[in-house]
Amino acid sequence: MFCEKAIELIRELHRMSDGQLPAFNEDGLRQVLQEMEALYEQNQSDVNEAKSEGRAELIPSIKLRHCCLLRNQRCVTAYLYDRLLRIRALRWEYGSVLPANVRFHMCAEELQWFSQYKKSLASFMRSLGGDEGLDITQDMKPPKSLYIEVRCLKDHGEFEIDDGTVILLKKNSQHFLPRWKCELLIRQGVLEHVVS
Amino acid sequence: MDTQSYFPVPPGVGMEENFLSLDDILLSHERLPIRTECTFPRLGFLEKSSDTQDIPEGTKMELPLWLTKGLYERKRKVVSVELPKVYREGWRTVFSADPNVVDLHKMGPYYYGLGSQMLHFDSPENPEIAQTLLQTFIARFRRTMDSSQNAYNEDTSALVEREAICCNRLWVRGGRWDKRDAVEESQRLITDD
Repeated sequence: MFCEKAIELIRELHRMSDGQLPAFNEDGLRQVLQEMEALYEQNQSDVNEAKSEGRAELIPSIKLRHCCLLRNQRCVTAYLYDRLLRIRALRWEYGSVLPANVRFHMCAEELQWFSQYKKSLASFMRSLGGDEGLDITQDMKPPKSLYIEVRCLKDHGEFEIDDGTVILLKKNSQHFLPRWKCELLIRQGVLEHVVS
Repeated sequence: MDTQSYFPVPPGVGMEENFLSLDDILLSHERLPIRTECTFPRLGFLEKSSDTQDIPEGTKMELPLWLTKGLYERKRKVVSVELPKVYREGWRTVFSADPNVVDLHKMGPYYYGLGSQMLHFDSPENPEIAQTLLQTFIARFRRTMDSSQNAYNEDTSALVEREAICCNRLWVRGGRWDKRDAVEESQRLITDD
């Protein structure tokens, strides 16, 4: 049956349901494209014969080969698209510098796509949060704790928290404060989140 | 790589397929018993049992679902599709008697998906087939959800093995039913009826 090589490409990806990127199967792709060429040529010749000699009985076979061409096209497109979804996920999981063993699995066009995706994402992030931008690839999970340990980087004077308590923010002092109250001061560089 | 940023194209709803969905492509690779209703010249090599140059009219053979869908035409007779056993009256009776008893994975892992696709071929039994698919899913879903909600640390592999692939997807996501997924899945079958 036709399109067996194409389904192998799909299986290759489907096996790795966790999103890993297997090596680019250039050979497999080439075989699918060769099959498509052969199918197309056979159909061209049959269509000409059907037209010129009025052989309408060839039409079911022409239709069958056409279905095979469409199937191969679908498989190749889905293969390439699913790989891009995995490559996109790499930016979020690994950051903007990919480990060499992952890069080896990508073809030249995919590397180029990754570099353009990185640029798009970077310019989008720069456009958020006023002047400094916002790195949305950090802290992708909701924070586990309501309170965080912070260290004061500069003298900031008195700071009132929700229950009325007043904290004196003196340089180098450490405090255990509600996260939401600190976020602005952290962004301003007054406080620093101490991660133990 | 434990990536939670990889979001593959999901399978289509009911009778629809998603063009780019790997799941749907694999589903449509499943073979169906068909009968040719016309000759297919010069394609005899596809039919392994005989040695002819053409596939004659009236040949019984198996074709993958994707090809069957592509060739099937309601008005013209190109191919006719035989209902696989598991969707026929005999098995439908079994499913309506006790939907939980059948080892769906053994019957063919794409029971629901393939069953929904069979509706493309205008069988006079379509309403009964759709009804059975829906009722079977609802009954099994109820039981699987009960088990998963109450078996956090137990070995549920025996149950999982017996489920068709769409239900396995729901298992794999975090090892138990996500209520939202389960509701979504059943809505797919219901709204498509």
